[in-house]
Amino acid sequence: MSRKRPPLLSTIGTKTTMAVTGLLLLGFVLVHMLGNLQVYAGREKLNAYAKLLQDAGGVLWVARGGLLAVFVLHVVSAFRVAAMNKAARPVPYVSAVPQVTSTAARTMLLSGLVVAAFVVYHVLHFTLGVVDAGNHGHLDAKGRHDVYGMVVAGFRQWPIALSYVVAQVLLFFHLAHGVSSAFQTLGVTHPRLAFLKGRFGTVVAGVVLVGNVSIPLTILLGLVPCGAC
Amino acid sequence: MNLTLHVWRQEGPGVPGRMERHEVAGVSPDMSFLEMMDLVNERLVREGKEPVAFEHDCREGICGCCSMVVNGAAHGPKKATTVCQLHMRTFKDGDTITVEPWRAAAFPVVRDLVVDRSALDRVIAAGGFVSVNTGSAPDGNAIPVPKEAADVSMDAAACIGCGACVAACPNASAMLFTAAKVAHLNRLPQGVPEAARRVRAMVEQMDAEGFGACTNHYECMEACPKEIPVRFIAEMNRAWTKASLSAESAAADKAGFG
Ligand code: HEM
Ligand code: FES
Repeated sequence: MSRKRPPLLSTIGTKTTMAVTGLLLLGFVLVHMLGNLQVYAGREKLNAYAKLLQDAGGVLWVARGGLLAVFVLHVVSAFRVAAMNKAARPVPYVSAVPQVTSTAARTMLLSGLVVAAFVVYHVLHFTLGVVDAGNHGHLDAKGRHDVYGMVVAGFRQWPIALSYVVAQVLLFFHLAHGVSSAFQTLGVTHPRLAFLKGRFGTVVAGVVLVGNVSIPLTILLGLVPCGAC
Repeated sequence: MNLTLHVWRQEGPGVPGRMERHEVAGVSPDMSFLEMMDLVNERLVREGKEPVAFEHDCREGICGCCSMVVNGAAHGPKKATTVCQLHMRTFKDGDTITVEPWRAAAFPVVRDLVVDRSALDRVIAAGGFVSVNTGSAPDGNAIPVPKEAADVSMDAAACIGCGACVAACPNASAMLFTAAKVAHLNRLPQGVPEAARRVRAMVEQMDAEGFGACTNHYECMEACPKEIPVRFIAEMNRAWTKASLSAESAAADKAGFG
């Protein structure tokens, strides 16, 4: 039999790529969130953590490169799956009533694209200092990049805080379906691991939502001291 | 009961179709959905018009021929029920009901509600056979079959190949069907020697037929008249990945088998 498609490009291969990269991205999101929550520990802690990452130098760039590759693979696979699935039903139903699927599951491409747009905006904001440039690049008393001041001053502007909250709500929907879906795609069948395909996705997505949204919200409400920002 | 039907009419493959309105009077709640369709057709024939073509055979929920999307749900609103076993008492007097064919690129419409589901047969055929010696009958119990394996295999074998999973899937994916057919043989000791080859060949055929990729909506399981669980899809995903990574598969590809 002639092989028409390499296994990696088959339906299951593409889905598997999406599941693996999706879980890797989730891992990044969780670690990134834990790092950011140090904003509650004060300026000293957060700026020291930021400096630790900056000083990693080469390692940081390798990690960034890997993350970008994972992200690109995820998005490319998403478009591939979307294209295959569009082609699989050229004539739509006059009436199709979803019986069990969720809104989250049916809007994965949309929520994913909003998250992607947010990632670009987020990098332009805190990494490159293009957005809200006035608050970027200041130094703290120890001569380190004052990340704490930048974050607090940034989120005291409600349009910026709001855009972060909206993006996180969409990420919540993306993960609520995506995480459980990934474990099904990766072939988890053991009854003791069944929870991974059930509530787990929503719980993880909820943790990410609460953790990440708390930062712009508490800052906007003036609960995080500004100090000299 | 009096009903308003909106039925898909299409003269043949590849030509555009449209919904056609029919007022149906005198429907008994004890009729099956297909008997109600018979009523419509008898009138159309009396009026010298072309009856609505639909597929049916056993009318008792075991052959998998009947295939209609009723009010946006494959096989209609009732769980674990083929449309031939769906009774009109499920509906109310005065209801408006839409009736459409399975819609998938892999299931071209033959006429009206009849679609060509040969793609499913080709997926089964790609799976090949199990290796048994023909000739004299094998000794009873020569191959021990664990009870659990027999039960699970039987659950998978309950699939009647109706294609409702494809029809119900937002992606027109045939993963539930293919997974059931893979598990049916791979779960039994007799199917084990070809297990890796079987899952790869069947998935490859499934893709070649133009079915979509599963994104875990689980609409298939809800529509399945035999309630095949989506656990079989996870099982097939794992089996396919393992088979695709195995050294034996790589060697078979090189040698041109497989
Ligand atoms: C922080 C970023 C992201 C994370 C953590 C993430 C996570 C995930 C996870 C875990 C899955 C499950 C894979 C599966 O269904 O097997 C998934 C699926 C998916 N992702 Fe993402 N993703 C992210 C960004 C994106 C982006 C930028 C897109 C843009 C197009 C996207 C589009 C999709 C699509 C279309 C699916 C398939 C959904 C389905 O199964 O129906 N994702 N994602
Ligand atoms: S006609 Fe045989 S299953 Fe419905």
